[in-house]
Amino acid sequence: MTNSVDTKVRKTSIHTTDEARLRLKKRYQSETGFKWIGRAAIGVSVGFLLLLLTSVVGQGLPAFTFNFVNLPFEITAEKLGTDGSDPVALKKADYDSVVRDAIRGQFPFVKSRKDKKLLGGLLSSGSSVYLRQQVLNKPSVIGTDAKLEVPISDFGDLYLKGQISSSSFVENTSRLAIADNDGDVLLTAEGDVFLDALASAKVALGVQVERVRRDLTGAGLSIEKTNNDIISLNEKIPAATDEEIKGRLENNLLKAEKNLKVLNARVKQFAAKIADFDSRIADTRMGEELTDVMPSQLVYVGDAVFKLISVTPNSATAETIKPFGEDVLTTSNDWTIRTLDIVESSRKFSDKEIVWTDALVEREYVRNGFNTIFFSRGASREPEMAGVLGAVIGSALTLIITLALSFPLGVAAAIYLEEFAPKNRWTTIIEVNINNLAAVPSIVFGLLGLAVFLNFFELDRSAPYVGGMVLALMTLPTIIIASRAALRAVPPSIREAALGIGASRLQTVVHHVLPLAMPGILTGTIIGMAQALGETAPLLMIGMVAFVVDIPTAFSDPATVLPVQIFMWADFPEPAFQQRTSAAIMVLLGFLIAMNAFAVVLRKRFERRW
Amino acid sequence: MSVATDLLHAHNEAEETDIKMSGRGVNVFYGEKQALFDVDLDITENRVISLIGPSGCGKSTFLRCLNRMNDTIDICRVTGDILLEGQDIYDKSIDVVELRARVGMVFQKPNPFPKSIYENVAYGPRIHGMTRTKDELDELVTKSLRRAGLWEEVKDRLDQPGTGLSGGQQQRLCIARAIATKPEVLLMDEPCSALDPIATAIIEELIDELREKFTIVIVTHSMQQAARVSQKTAFFHLGKLIEEGSTEQIFTNPTDKRTQDYITGRIG
Amino acid sequence: MANAPSEHIVRSYEDELTELTRAISEMGGMVEVAISNATQALIGVDHELASKTAKADKAVDDMQRYIDEKAVSMIARRQPMAGDLRHIVSAIHVANDLERIGDIAKNLARRTKHIDSQRVSKQLYNGVRHMSDLCLSQIKRSLDSFTLRDSAIALDVCRQDDEVDALYISLFREFLTYMMEDPRNITDCTHLLFCAKNLERAGDHATNIAEAAYYLETGENLYYDIESGKVQLN
Repeated sequence: MTNSVDTKVRKTSIHTTDEARLRLKKRYQSETGFKWIGRAAIGVSVGFLLLLLTSVVGQGLPAFTFNFVNLPFEITAEKLGTDGSDPVALKKADYDSVVRDAIRGQFPFVKSRKDKKLLGGLLSSGSSVYLRQQVLNKPSVIGTDAKLEVPISDFGDLYLKGQISSSSFVENTSRLAIADNDGDVLLTAEGDVFLDALASAKVALGVQVERVRRDLTGAGLSIEKTNNDIISLNEKIPAATDEEIKGRLENNLLKAEKNLKVLNARVKQFAAKIADFDSRIADTRMGEELTDVMPSQLVYVGDAVFKLISVTPNSATAETIKPFGEDVLTTSNDWTIRTLDIVESSRKFSDKEIVWTDALVEREYVRNGFNTIFFSRGASREPEMAGVLGAVIGSALTLIITLALSFPLGVAAAIYLEEFAPKNRWTTIIEVNINNLAAVPSIVFGLLGLAVFLNFFELDRSAPYVGGMVLALMTLPTIIIASRAALRAVPPSIREAALGIGASRLQTVVHHVLPLAMPGILTGTIIGMAQALGETAPLLMIGMVAFVVDIPTAFSDPATVLPVQIFMWADFPEPAFQQRTSAAIMVLLGFLIAMNAFAVVLRKRFERRW
Repeated sequence: MSVATDLLHAHNEAEETDIKMSGRGVNVFYGEKQALFDVDLDITENRVISLIGPSGCGKSTFLRCLNRMNDTIDICRVTGDILLEGQDIYDKSIDVVELRARVGMVFQKPNPFPKSIYENVAYGPRIHGMTRTKDELDELVTKSLRRAGLWEEVKDRLDQPGTGLSGGQQQRLCIARAIATKPEVLLMDEPCSALDPIATAIIEELIDELREKFTIVIVTHSMQQAARVSQKTAFFHLGKLIEEGSTEQIFTNPTDKRTQDYITGRIG
Repeated sequence: MANAPSEHIVRSYEDELTELTRAISEMGGMVEVAISNATQALIGVDHELASKTAKADKAVDDMQRYIDEKAVSMIARRQPMAGDLRHIVSAIHVANDLERIGDIAKNLARRTKHIDSQRVSKQLYNGVRHMSDLCLSQIKRSLDSFTLRDSAIALDVCRQDDEVDALYISLFREFLTYMMEDPRNITDCTHLLFCAKNLERAGDHATNIAEAAYYLETGENLYYDIESGKVQLN
């Protein structure tokens, strides 16, 4: 019975009044609001991070695979001029001809000089070097049937990855007649099978006519201007008093009148062109010539591939890109029209090259494999022969020097400043300056390196040890600051215990304080190293920009580092280089993630609870 | 005189032994602030002397002068003489590292090294080069742990970290560590203030046993502990040594009114 | 410091010590009244007063028990030091002595029953009254020395004890004379002798109280100080 009474008679405390409850609600609201702001901030950052990663990975991932071609190369003693016993002769042998012969052997129908040159560009220009390397590595392949590979050209690779142009295919089962026509081919079909091709030609015409119309308008404006000039000149000339000026004005008048004539003629031309185009566009069934500003149309019949030169709704003349093999057909009920969406003049890979590359794929000579070139070679002018190994080794060598210099110096300086130095004005000044140095833009260190190391001491330009020294200077403040913080975090009771037992100052620090501060010091060091790994500006200043082909082996060999390599590649226009830039960025990011993961592991391992 | 008074006298006379350490005219300054004013105090051998007084009275400061731990504080300045067996410990010829091996210290909060139990005790002897072989070191470690009353509890886990022990065990480890360097004097700065009553009792018993071999100076906030543990007591107040005498006399019939007021709880 | 506070920081501790002193004073007062009443009853042969006095001793015993318990409780809870410790321990001793004095008063009162009022000579009673007055004064002054913490008064009380002893011896002789003179006096005189003896013992207890007061104030044992020559009794 008492329970029910109690609930009514409960005393209100100051915390249960309505105002108090309202205040409490407001506090929770601001807390919730803050949490949402935090979540939004994280969301935005993660969003940008994802954006960056997807764009980099999206662009770089294709570079991790590459297409290799293994044609039946004739690696024989006669071709090379040596049997393999003499390495010098082996090196000097003519591998270019081996490659050339092999590719020409695939397409014997290629006759003209121009076409032959085009064919030669189907394989990488470094193919001969690549081939030579394989033969030098294993001379026993001479005279055997061993399948050797060479890389395909950079644009060929891009094409095979679908980045040159998209295509659309239309299969036809209606009858097609193929007839020879003075070197070219005449294709006749039943029905308006070529209407689409014609239509796309008309569309291209439409684009052209717009351009002409614009020119016409421009000319019209010029005419108007010239007319105005003439009128004003006609006014000025009688009013002129000075003979010289009058003479000049009369000259100008003559020029203007001549100009006017030219413009008028041009306008007439434009008008005629426009009329022509308009009439052609209007007549959808009127035949057209296919130029290289219109999408390429290819017809696949049997083994042959023809490129349409002119087209009417139901017939076309075509150029033979690839002739019939053994089966020469005159009619067919199974043929395909392929439209290449990007026009030939806008691509770097011509229709012929597309067809020939497709043929190689069909003959199973092409293998899509892991891009070992990228990870085993140094820089190169040719995108397909360019690799990051040189830069990676260069970065590694530089970082080794950086670590070897900055870690001992930084830790020792931190220990001295924290444990031994007296606390007076000088040490305060030093501390302030070290903190400031950590904020100095890295390019200033590069200038310092340039002025002192290269100009004054005349050390090697572009060498890892110089780069390492510059980066060490840059990393030193970071390590000192992190180490000092780690040392400061060790509780003074440890020091007191050690001193109380009769340990000297140095013994206290080395035996007791330093092991406890190690996790923090190591974390700071690895963060500093990761920062140094990504530095470009200071290294540019000391010349690690050189185009370094050979993989560096010593600390004094000329080298470049990964960020600089990325910077250089980003400048090259070839699309294949764009991919490799992104791939190199992925490699760099991979290293950074690995280093940070290492830092986390080290920290966990050394962590002690005191 | 009666037998009873004879016995009483005899007990008091037994208190008189040699003087191990003494301070004469000791003044300590922290920058501009003076913490100790003209302290004269003798520390007798093989006895426990407790330093009592309210917070900030200078007893810990005086304690830390005895092994020159005040040197670690930059702004601290010590004048006057502090003698260990007649030799001034602030003399230039005295090596402070050697001094701290002879005058050991146990701190208020147990602070074992984050190393193994064995390492904790072995560190001191090792850096002072007190033993030549591993066997000698093992023996020294065992003896110190036994003396500290910790051996039975840790003999099977010497390689485990010292920080894994309970509070009372950690403090005994610190005591073992301090006595491993075979000091002559042992300084204890409120050694039981962080411990529970049982652990406190164990350490008080330990102090009693250690008295045989060492001279002990203990700073304590607990009057009861000072009364239980020490033979001599010195009362500090506002940086001055007010009274010093046998523990019995101080706690039953102190001479100075300030001492009386402090130990009965009339001033803080 | 000139303005040093002499009160405990913990107020309840201070209150308890004050209460202890008050209880001693109260007990002392009760005991003084008892001695005075007992003597009165004896001299005036007032049986009613005598029985009343005898019964009142229970309250004195209760008081001693109360002081004892209070003292033990304070020792357990407060861990008293120095002056406080001496205060509490002395209070126990003093309560003990006061209780004995109370018992003496009760004995005196009881003896009244055995005395035949008609025959005893007034002279005899004078002696006893004189003794009683002296004892009362000793008791009162010894209690004063305790509550006032005055070691001079305590010394004085100890000195006066010789007078009490001397008075007793003279009374003893006097009673012997009376007994030898008239054998009919023997019964009464024997009783009176015992009363005088009791009063002498009461005086000794008062001296004990004075010693306790001296210890409380100086922390020294009075007789040890006398032996060592620090204080002179004569």
